[in-house]
Amino acid sequence: MAQTMVIDGKSVEINGERNILEVCRKAGIELPTFCYHSELSVYGACRMCLVELENGQIVAGCSTPAEAGQVVKTTTPRVQKIRKMALELLLANHDRDCTTCEKSGMCKLQDLAQRFGVREVRFGQRDKKVDIDDSSLALIRDPNKCILCGDCVRMCEEVQGIGVLDFAHRGSDMTVTPAFNKPMAEVDCVNCGQCAAVCPTGALIVKSQTNEVWQALHDPTKTVIVQVAPAVRVAVGEVFGLEAGQNTIGKLTQALRQMGFDKVFDTSFAADLTVMEEGTEFLERLQKGEHLPQFTSCCPAWVKYTEQYHPEFLGNLSTCRSPQQMFGSLAKKYYAEELEIDPKDLVVVSLMPCTAKKFEAARPELSTDGMPDVDVVITTQEVVRMIREAGLDYANLEDDSLDMPFGFTSGGGILFGVTGGVSEAVLRAAHYLLLDEELDQVNFTEVRGTEGLRAAEVDVGGQKVKLAIVFGLANAKRLLQQIKDGEAEYHIIEVMACPGGCVGGAGQPATNPEVRSARTQGIYTADKAQQLRKSYQNPLIDNVYEKWLDAPNSEKAHDALHTTYGARRRILGEGISLGDNHTAKQLEVSVCVGTGCYLKGAYDLLHNLGYRLQEAKLNQRVDLKATFCFENCGGGVNVKIGDTLYSGMSPAKTDAVFGKIVDELEK
Amino acid sequence: MAKALPVVDAEERMLQERQFIKVNEIIAQHGKEESTLIPILQKVQEEYRYLPEEILTYVATALGISPATVYGVATFYAQFSLDPMGEYIVRVCDGTACHVRRSTDVLNAIRKKVGLSPEQKTTDDLGFTVETVSCLGACGLAPVVTINDEVYGNVTPEAITEILDTLQKREGK
Repeated sequence: MAQTMVIDGKSVEINGERNILEVCRKAGIELPTFCYHSELSVYGACRMCLVELENGQIVAGCSTPAEAGQVVKTTTPRVQKIRKMALELLLANHDRDCTTCEKSGMCKLQDLAQRFGVREVRFGQRDKKVDIDDSSLALIRDPNKCILCGDCVRMCEEVQGIGVLDFAHRGSDMTVTPAFNKPMAEVDCVNCGQCAAVCPTGALIVKSQTNEVWQALHDPTKTVIVQVAPAVRVAVGEVFGLEAGQNTIGKLTQALRQMGFDKVFDTSFAADLTVMEEGTEFLERLQKGEHLPQFTSCCPAWVKYTEQYHPEFLGNLSTCRSPQQMFGSLAKKYYAEELEIDPKDLVVVSLMPCTAKKFEAARPELSTDGMPDVDVVITTQEVVRMIREAGLDYANLEDDSLDMPFGFTSGGGILFGVTGGVSEAVLRAAHYLLLDEELDQVNFTEVRGTEGLRAAEVDVGGQKVKLAIVFGLANAKRLLQQIKDGEAEYHIIEVMACPGGCVGGAGQPATNPEVRSARTQGIYTADKAQQLRKSYQNPLIDNVYEKWLDAPNSEKAHDALHTTYGARRRILGEGISLGDNHTAKQLEVSVCVGTGCYLKGAYDLLHNLGYRLQEAKLNQRVDLKATFCFENCGGGVNVKIGDTLYSGMSPAKTDAVFGKIVDELEK
Repeated sequence: MAKALPVVDAEERMLQERQFIKVNEIIAQHGKEESTLIPILQKVQEEYRYLPEEILTYVATALGISPATVYGVATFYAQFSLDPMGEYIVRVCDGTACHVRRSTDVLNAIRKKVGLSPEQKTTDDLGFTVETVSCLGACGLAPVVTINDEVYGNVTPEAITEILDTLQKREGK
């Protein structure tokens, strides 16, 4: 017989729910929460989900296991009183300038204060204001609005495996902050924005660039074009009362045109191009057996993560720019010319489900003649605000079609919006790219799924290709470790930082697992609706190669569509001086003790050098420093003597390094 | 394995103590488990007199935890300081017993003598750090002040000013 418990007088079955909260929600009672997310660990901090047990005990529903025979009441006078008090206390600490807050209308704190009838706050208002951190290109952190629920902390640590944010200080001074209270731009944040996606208030929000877009649209000297990413089309509608996951690309095109964009294009077209480039690159690596596994490079959060944490795998990343950047590059390098306008007067806007794309667009290597290839990146959330500002009745807009020459896509290009999509699109094309033969098979369902780490094996032209598909950087971290330990072997690995891939991006409207799954379905439906399903069938792709780029992976294609990566330091800061003998005319010797060098024995080398210098009584003449990362993590310990950087050093080479120091001193 | 540094003389030793190499010895002694973080930080503070930012990042790297978490732990406990501390650490007890026996007057006298305020806890020359603590467990001697490991009981503003004066003269400050 099934186990049951009693909730508000009704008997409810328990079917493996982890706690009382889940059983209540199953029974249709929407217990309020700030700090509970089904995908994160249970924290039990916000005290909103309190329930009263039969014995009068009040417990947090999220952190109390559901037991058979339990009798629970969710709305008793005591529970109501405590919830309201907790809300008032949170509000007393919260910057309540709701009218100018970006989160207004979507704020959980505002919502619960309304729901529980908080009409006054009996406590004084916190008057100390802390500076807002807007250093990041993707996010704004406003500690004055933080309610210390810790959602962002757990998201970054548990799902992304980074831990950019954590609690610091204590009691009334407690804050959630990056290491050493540094600005977000100076720490290891990869800009995935998942912290903002779970933030219940306006403490972490996506940096809005709608003003820049309006400005460009209002400038008569500019031609403004926009590219729409696959995942955006299945998410805008839900905000305007349409079904979650409905593909509204037609309405979106209409809306963008009415706002004043000169051309509306599709990033999925550039995704088709990515399939050609990345597929060709992969097959070449596969044949040569070089730089395998190949990692996808479409996700800018993953790319930055690799640069910071795994420079040893940079050679494995596909050199392909992401579809957004391929599009921008083509627009600035070729399309402006075709329009007979100066590239300076062409404004490329991209509409993305992603916050990290804002950072990617600003990367100096992704520019043409000093101009960024993509000028402004706005997220789905931002375009929704623009549609509202323009007063458009989105749900009832008439469909319009995308523009040429970048407005036609195969189904494969659209798949980039979901986890496994890049892999499936590449698989659809691989057979053709390898053997120049059509394959009847279209769908590769083995790469689809909702698990954060999946594996598949597919036959490509008689060769078994092993794939891994990953989302969540914590999963990627685990996989990289397995590869290093020799426990896993793959040929190609697709990594997306956000849960479910781009449909779950942090630039999207509020996401939960159900909405995400509806959007995923929306992408697969959109794929099916395309006349052409495989990227190489897209006639626009042929045009691009014929007109501009010759062939996949040609020199011209490399120049426009590929890039290189470099190691990147995680936390910006000064070196550690090993002595306090700061006299003039000292030779500066720095030994890198960043992770890469540390693992190769940087500490022992440093120790040996300190010892040797002391022995030779040279320690007064040398300022020996330990430093973090010369961004040259390839081969062995990096040592900088004066102005010269020596790589590939090791403890065994202490004598050589010491010799170089002596030479430098004698100069 | 690296050799131990030879001890040359007091001055040299002082220099070594400030050295980065120390932190590696500390980590080696305690192991690289997450649970060893607090003992490591205590030891680092003992060696460096505070927790330098770069050392904390280094410890985080070595233990495989995020620098933000290390920063969180370091700022949670009052025993840790992220700013360099003075040579003399003056702790004024402000527990109930000391408070009612006018520890506030003693605290004000100390701050006045060394030129500190509630906002600035350490003198610019790193001579003195002045802090309050909640109880030193010597209520019978209230009000109580400790200077480094020395305990002074039944302190008056006049008496503590005189003690500080002696220390300042000894240091030529």
